[in-house]
Amino acid sequence: MIAIVDYGAGNLNSVEKAFDHLGAEVVVTDNPQVITAADRIVLPGVGHFSSLLQLTTKGLRDGVLLGVSAGKPFLGICLGMQWLFDGSEECDEIAGAGIFPGKCRRFPSSVKSPHVGWNSLNVQDGSRLLRNIGQDPFVYYTHSFHAPPVAAMAGESEHGVLFAGAVEQGNIFGVQFHPEKSGDVGLAILKTFCEV
Amino acid sequence: MLTKRIIACLDMDGGRVVKGVRFKNLRDAGDPAECAAAHARNGADEIVLLDITATSGNRRTLLHAVRGTARSLFVPFTVGGGIRQLDDAVAVFEAGADKIAINSAAVREPELIGKIAGRFGSQAVVLAIDARNSGGRFEVFVSGGRVATGRDAVEWAREAAACGAGEILLTSMDRDGTQSGFDCELVRAVAEGVSIPVIASGGAGSARDFVEVFREGCADAALAASIFHFGIENIAQLKRKLLDAHVPVRWPC
Repeated sequence: MIAIVDYGAGNLNSVEKAFDHLGAEVVVTDNPQVITAADRIVLPGVGHFSSLLQLTTKGLRDGVLLGVSAGKPFLGICLGMQWLFDGSEECDEIAGAGIFPGKCRRFPSSVKSPHVGWNSLNVQDGSRLLRNIGQDPFVYYTHSFHAPPVAAMAGESEHGVLFAGAVEQGNIFGVQFHPEKSGDVGLAILKTFCEV
Repeated sequence: MLTKRIIACLDMDGGRVVKGVRFKNLRDAGDPAECAAAHARNGADEIVLLDITATSGNRRTLLHAVRGTARSLFVPFTVGGGIRQLDDAVAVFEAGADKIAINSAAVREPELIGKIAGRFGSQAVVLAIDARNSGGRFEVFVSGGRVATGRDAVEWAREAAACGAGEILLTSMDRDGTQSGFDCELVRAVAEGVSIPVIASGGAGSARDFVEVFREGCADAALAASIFHFGIENIAQLKRKLLDAHVPVRWPC
């Protein structure tokens, strides 16, 4: 069972639908016990970094971290990936999980923001999550803040600056782009996540 | 590198995709779910579904079509037409849309942009502008192009971006349905006036038109309906032509 964490941020339909399409068993939940009991955890999210505060107020943060420390595969999507970092310029008062170092920053004013559309993803050698999509696939992004390139980067994209398109470390995975909206490439990534 | 998006638009009336010139002489072009899936297979980067009649009696039909279309679509999916208040947007998102497009209601009530963006994020709010060249400036029209507002398109785009719109869908009423090329002057004026992405619409007739609107019009994306439906320009062929002209697009896909 895959638990999709519902903390009240945006529209979770499409993530659920994509896993459904792959034949995976999913549940959208805001119950910490269901999250802790699941085999895999997905933290989606769109919108403002401050919405992550609801992870704490709804008591979901501990459930997620408990599952992660128990070694369950975790996938953060978009804001859910940014949460894995120390924090974001978008909202200084809210701390991320601090699993990866650095802060998410705004795109430079030289480029359009939000960064919307299909961009190429430079897949790093040895990535487990991105192993089935070739070296340089296109994925769909929509975001105004980006995570810094880090040692644990699994894929990198460019939009005025180089930024982390995907990160992974052990059982923890994060993607800034939307695999549920990235066509066959995205479905292949979600399928791999169901198997790691 | 961020690519230029090619967006297929489905105009819907009574649950069916239709196509005409300036909403007249409507011809049946198929089932929305089937059309959307076919366009996605063919390389469309996004799908837009517009309810062109958008009467209240049609809401249930629209939501049914949105649900059916979203079910097997794994590229971004925008729905517009008749979204007048937050509740309308909520219903469309719940039916499976990733973004909503609003037009007249936002002109009437600019705060609606912020209300929807506050709940679903700016990336989910596309502000649609219908504009026409009137004496050297571009004027915004509402209610399906029937009512002039006296407002300047560039200024309205700026205001909407400040209110929280994530993208602008800009239709040239002068070119819509004519297949005589996008209005690059209009698109460029708005694209240079805002920092959010601009989708050009109205006038697509050939691959050359797309090259021009990306180069001269500085568009981030271009949308077309009629030329894709009846096979005048196949999206896969269009993308190959764009690559030949050194316009970055997602290909293969």
